[in-house]
Amino acid sequence: MSDAAARSATAIAADVQAGRVSAREITEKALARVAAVEPRVGAYLTVLDAAARAAADRVDACIRAGERLPLAGVPLAIKDNMALAGSRTTAASKILADWVAPYTATAVARLLAAGAIPIGKANLDEFAMGSSCENSALGTTRNPYDLERVPGGSSGGSAAAVAAGEATIALGSDTGGSIREPAAFCNVVGFKPTYGRVSRYGLIAFASSLDQIGPLAHTVADAALVYDAIAGGDPMDATSLDRPVEPASARLRDDLRGCKIGIVRQFDTQTLGDDVDAVYRRAYRDLEALGAELVEVTLPTADYGLATYYLIAPAECSSNLARFDGVRYGLRVDADDVREMYARTRAAGFGPEVKRRILIGTYALSSGYYDAYYVRAQKARTLIARDFERAFQSCDLIAAPAASCPAFRFNAKSDPYSMYLMDYYTIPMSLAGLPALSVPCGWVTPDGSTRPMPLGLQLCGPLFSEPLLLGAAHAYESATGHARAHRPALDEAVDHV
Amino acid sequence: MPTTAWSIPILSSEKIDVRYVAKLASLALSDDEIDRFGAQLADLLTHVDALAELDTSAVPATAQVIESRNVARPDAVAPCLDRETVLAQAPARQGAFFRVPRIIAS
Repeated sequence: MSDAAARSATAIAADVQAGRVSAREITEKALARVAAVEPRVGAYLTVLDAAARAAADRVDACIRAGERLPLAGVPLAIKDNMALAGSRTTAASKILADWVAPYTATAVARLLAAGAIPIGKANLDEFAMGSSCENSALGTTRNPYDLERVPGGSSGGSAAAVAAGEATIALGSDTGGSIREPAAFCNVVGFKPTYGRVSRYGLIAFASSLDQIGPLAHTVADAALVYDAIAGGDPMDATSLDRPVEPASARLRDDLRGCKIGIVRQFDTQTLGDDVDAVYRRAYRDLEALGAELVEVTLPTADYGLATYYLIAPAECSSNLARFDGVRYGLRVDADDVREMYARTRAAGFGPEVKRRILIGTYALSSGYYDAYYVRAQKARTLIARDFERAFQSCDLIAAPAASCPAFRFNAKSDPYSMYLMDYYTIPMSLAGLPALSVPCGWVTPDGSTRPMPLGLQLCGPLFSEPLLLGAAHAYESATGHARAHRPALDEAVDHV
Repeated sequence: MPTTAWSIPILSSEKIDVRYVAKLASLALSDDEIDRFGAQLADLLTHVDALAELDTSAVPATAQVIESRNVARPDAVAPCLDRETVLAQAPARQGAFFRVPRIIAS
């Protein structure tokens, strides 16, 4: 692509660093791209024109002063559940529609310090609860590869922004698949690091034992560059780990020799239809062709992942979202009595999916049901984590689908449980806290459509195996190049402008 | 003696008192919402029932996956958010305070 924002972060940063182009020029091109395609894509809830230009001028001054910035001038989309001081930060909820963050999330601050340019705050399912971005209370995001289809979720705006060339890199958050599934749907790379590897300070909490921030990008190398910039302990997040970070950018490789990759017996792709099955079978063969040894592994309790997740995540959500009470910030609906004020504020401020999850969680934690639901789910979680530990005794990485289907049409999943099923392949890894990513692995043309839609291959490794995982994904991506096979549905129109 | 399978029943067939749960959650719901969410909650719980198939009698609960340890920071004075900045976001304020409806009846 000729658009500056569609080039790789690595190339942009090198050009800005060498003075071949200024961060300001890159930023103007990115903002022009946003202006051209945003009416059709709707990736952003807020475009940060002024902040982006100011950041670009600061980066250019740093470069002139001789500083080295690994992400100099790289356009960045920030999922709007992450705080950026002075910017509206909404979690795509009416309850925070006008909230201006008084501080900046650590992951965002680290990317800005590395020279990235904040282009906009990206749409998401309200409070990151959903798999299509349709649960946003503040806007509709469309899949750049077919505007009739969803971008996935919850980091749908982040994935669509990168896919549409409205940003080169994006930050998303992943609780049960919210980075990996939209990445798969939008033909980009999406990476969820190990739980605790990236600070969540400034991330609006959904399910604290699962939430993790990670990058979305066009390439694995760009995702690794972002990961290297954001990983590492943070005194502002007691759950972040201060163990040393091994840079992943230095470990990108071109083959998979000596790597054992587990294929999960329980994840039989035949049930996904012939065309999807064929893509995944070919992906596994391609891993083998790169020198990997494929071994079958079993995750006997993976099937219980959804049930486990849909108790634990709502339970934690019901607790975390108790803070939205109309007292200190956000929406307030007045009433004579303080309890009535809470109840009306929350009724007016939260959308249906958020209410549903608060109710599930409150029920699962309520007296008399806590042991039967919440504690039982936490025990099942132990079994799922043990399954992975056993599997990783016979393999280095696990390969699986990132989602069971390509991006679907709007309103196709009206029953909540059918939407929850979208996370079937990503939830087990989340429950076990493992690093996992989705990398483009092929295309299928859904029934009744003429547009090929992308699929994602999920790779997952043991805790803290990020360099190995990203290295292997890079080898697969370089050898196959699936992401480049088709262009967004936008570009025919835009190129004529 | 062998431990018997963990025997707390899962009670999804029981009528869920959504109105009571909504009260616990401080959510004002309409009658329509009570009906709709009640049915959806009951439906979800039928899926969740599958967990009863797992023998978890000898399994510890996992609260989070990374080794848990206490985290302490140095007890040092450091800057925090400015009071005016924080209060500027308040839906209602009175001087240096958040203003809320009456909590204690007169």
